[in-house]
Amino acid sequence: MADRLLQRTGAVADRDMKEQILDSMDLERERGITIKAQTVRLDYRGNDGQDYILNLIDTPGHVDFSYEVSRSLAACEGALLLTDAAQGVQAQTLANAYMAIDAGLEVIPAINKIDLPAADPERVAEEMVNIIGGDPDAVVRLSAKTGEGVDELLEELVRLVPPPAGDLSAPLRALIFDSYYDAYRGVVCHVKVVDGSLSAGQKIRFMATGENHEATEIGVLTPGAKALKTLGVGEVGYLITGIKEIDRVRVGDTVTDASVRAVEPLPGYDEPKPMVYSGLFPTDGADFEKLREALEKLRLNDASLVYEPETSRALGFGFRCGFLGLLHMEIVRERLEREYDLDLVATAPSVAYQVTKTDGSVVEIKSPQDLPEPTDRQSISEPYVRAMILTPTEYVGPIMELVTNRRGEVGNMNYLSSERVELDYKIPLGEVVFDFFDLLKSKTKGYASLDYEPAGYRVANLVKVDILLNGQAVDAFSAVVHRDKAEDYGKTMTGRLRKLIPRQLFDVPIQAAIGGKIISRETVKATRKDVTAKCYGGDISRKKKLLQRQKEGKKRMKMVGSVEVPQEAFVAALRVDDE
Amino acid sequence: MMSERIGSYVHVPFCSAVCPYCDFAVVSGRDDQLGRYRDAVVNEISRDDPWESLESVYIGGGTPSRMPPEMLGTIVSALGDQHGLGEGAEISLEANPEDFDAATADGLLASGFNRISFGAQSFDNKILLQLGRRHEADQIGRSVATARASGFENISIDLIYGTPGETDQSWSSTLDRAIATDPDHVSCYALTVEPGTPLGREVKAGAPAPDPDVQADRFEAADRRLSEAGLKRYEVSNWSRPGYECVYNSTVWAQGEYAAYGNSAHRFRDRTRSRNLSRLDQYLGAIEEGESAIAGSDSRLEGAEFEIDRLFVGLRRTIGVPTGPGGRSLLDSFDGQRLLAAGVIVEVDGWLRIDRPLMTDEVLRSVLALDLAGLDDDDAGT
Repeated sequence: MADRLLQRTGAVADRDMKEQILDSMDLERERGITIKAQTVRLDYRGNDGQDYILNLIDTPGHVDFSYEVSRSLAACEGALLLTDAAQGVQAQTLANAYMAIDAGLEVIPAINKIDLPAADPERVAEEMVNIIGGDPDAVVRLSAKTGEGVDELLEELVRLVPPPAGDLSAPLRALIFDSYYDAYRGVVCHVKVVDGSLSAGQKIRFMATGENHEATEIGVLTPGAKALKTLGVGEVGYLITGIKEIDRVRVGDTVTDASVRAVEPLPGYDEPKPMVYSGLFPTDGADFEKLREALEKLRLNDASLVYEPETSRALGFGFRCGFLGLLHMEIVRERLEREYDLDLVATAPSVAYQVTKTDGSVVEIKSPQDLPEPTDRQSISEPYVRAMILTPTEYVGPIMELVTNRRGEVGNMNYLSSERVELDYKIPLGEVVFDFFDLLKSKTKGYASLDYEPAGYRVANLVKVDILLNGQAVDAFSAVVHRDKAEDYGKTMTGRLRKLIPRQLFDVPIQAAIGGKIISRETVKATRKDVTAKCYGGDISRKKKLLQRQKEGKKRMKMVGSVEVPQEAFVAALRVDDE
Repeated sequence: MMSERIGSYVHVPFCSAVCPYCDFAVVSGRDDQLGRYRDAVVNEISRDDPWESLESVYIGGGTPSRMPPEMLGTIVSALGDQHGLGEGAEISLEANPEDFDAATADGLLASGFNRISFGAQSFDNKILLQLGRRHEADQIGRSVATARASGFENISIDLIYGTPGETDQSWSSTLDRAIATDPDHVSCYALTVEPGTPLGREVKAGAPAPDPDVQADRFEAADRRLSEAGLKRYEVSNWSRPGYECVYNSTVWAQGEYAAYGNSAHRFRDRTRSRNLSRLDQYLGAIEEGESAIAGSDSRLEGAEFEIDRLFVGLRRTIGVPTGPGGRSLLDSFDGQRLLAAGVIVEVDGWLRIDRPLMTDEVLRSVLALDLAGLDDDDAGT
């Protein structure tokens, strides 16, 4: 869609068009998603003959990246709410719509992909107005593919989105809504000028950090960078100050003039809070430093990624990393492996628990292996989320069953239409992060969608279940689970590991234990036969080549004590399967 | 350890029909080419640089017994003329029970053969049918008795275990009946599904594949019963009465050199492994045109490679190999330590051997991964 707007307004010549111009990462193009918000300035001459400057910020849609959405919204006057004409309103459509309304923006509903055979714009328009109000006939119908409706959309944008309402004569206030690191130019900030003006060469001050710098270069993205002398009220562009360390620029900070300072900073943002934690370990222990450097570099462009060193007896030295969600986790891991040529083992994702110790102090536990002993703790609290699930009404039963199984608390039901309903539940985050979404999709033939937001902590009867391989506890497999589910969990885990761990030279017992008490046991029986029946004079060269290939093709394994464990076992052990 | 012995292999590709599990270079319905093929082999032998006198000749196939004894005799004579045959050299022939009679046995003896290896495979007619064999169980005993009566003093039987559908009882009875023929030597092979064979295609399409755990049970049963009968295992798949180990194959496993003739035959000479053209017609054409029948050749095994090759071929023997630099390197390696701890390999009195023969490939993969950089020829095998 963004591509089509760029093309229609002449920002990109037809001959330069390629798919997903604003999604510059390979991963974004491959997966057809947006991970980083991107900004571009468009010039548009309306049907009224007037020239308009439109600043477009393209945001991600996935729940993991709602933080990117929220801070982009703070830099806008209006929001274009795009819904797929075939899929209809999704949970994240709802979440993003509410966010835009809360931010006081003019929301312009539009339905994309009306060229699809399965498109049902009438139904989707109905659903959209049920959320944001208005007239279903006023919802713009368009097709980014054919270009149909794009002109109408642009007209609606200039008609409905109010012009920026800043004060040109007031001291400079510009909101930093994004930043990234460029190897040649250092930190590049994306800013929106709210009051006053920002000029090249101006001495500026970051209000939160209190640092003074010079605006060495300012400009706009069209989408290529184009340096300008001045950015005025309402304009969106980039700012370069020569700062090389990304941590010295805080997204959400306000830029003002170093001498003529604004009194009040603009409302900023909360730091993004990781929802999910996972350990990342190099398969080859010697790559630890390489991993550290890769994480440092990745963080330059992804401030939401947090990490700290972690030591595992089973996996050696690595990092405990915090992610916004599972997709974020998957993407970070893939980028590390791909862009930094690393071979990683990821441990099962976990959430952060608050543990009240016997001395009354409260500690945050991001890794099950750090959980204090039962004698040292009074209680464990786990994070909850408010989950919004949008589903065709016929799946409400199976979804309620799933949510109840996951210790969820059933809340409101809100009908968007006679066929679609919004369910509002409170569920422990730990029950959501791993396979909940997959299960939800499979129980609803893919029709349900999910969005969630943090909803505080609650005390729960939680225990740590350890997994022992060949009699040795493997810290990377430990998990915090509800007491009532511990036996089932232990049984499932040992059963899955028995299938995931290949047979070895000796029997490998797999046990699950709470404290010292074994709650389930399985055994991977030793390989008994691994031999070529015939190897005579005519077979030697061929067998040699065959065995050589087998050795090289052997799956990536991690030695855990004396046991070879496939890398994927650390995460796959917790994944839903077809059983 | 270079063996003093030198052997020779001759391939005879003709079969009455091709068994569904077989991935050797064989042909059926081409018996009209037998004479032409004999001439080609004799031609190839006569053109070869003379080797030192041969301690063994092994004619395998295919079904070499498809070739009349006189033709086979011509080949044996040609080998003797070109290289010389050592005193008491082992002259061995693979034969099928389906077409073995007293006249054949007498003819083979007259042609110089002193060892017969019967492709018995099973004494269960149901399994024989499943394996696509053309003989019945009763013919095996009769063939062995016929060979014995004609004067053969070294008789071997080949068996296949772990065919899907085979029961413990069927295998047990096959072992009983094999032992009852009083063989001097027995080879037992786990049925192996080779890609590209009719069996391979069936399994790929969903037919039951042999179960490795069942095959392990069968192997253990075989080892127990054969050793009780006085047949001692000397290689992964081979058992014999003392002194009846196959000389030709022992030469191969001791890294000895061997000549080879016929289509798809493999030789090892001057530390170099090479192989003949695989297809019958190509082979015949090349020889008849006076051209070389060699289709390809590995590079000469030097230093570390030669040492690794020594372990690779030698560790299949029950006795193992003198440890040497390669063995020491294996024992010191991470893989080697694991294999030792799991009781797969053991070193006793300077010999390294495999104690869990069914895990041989795991050991050999580790051997192939050894880094013996810096080892030169003088160190190898000492």
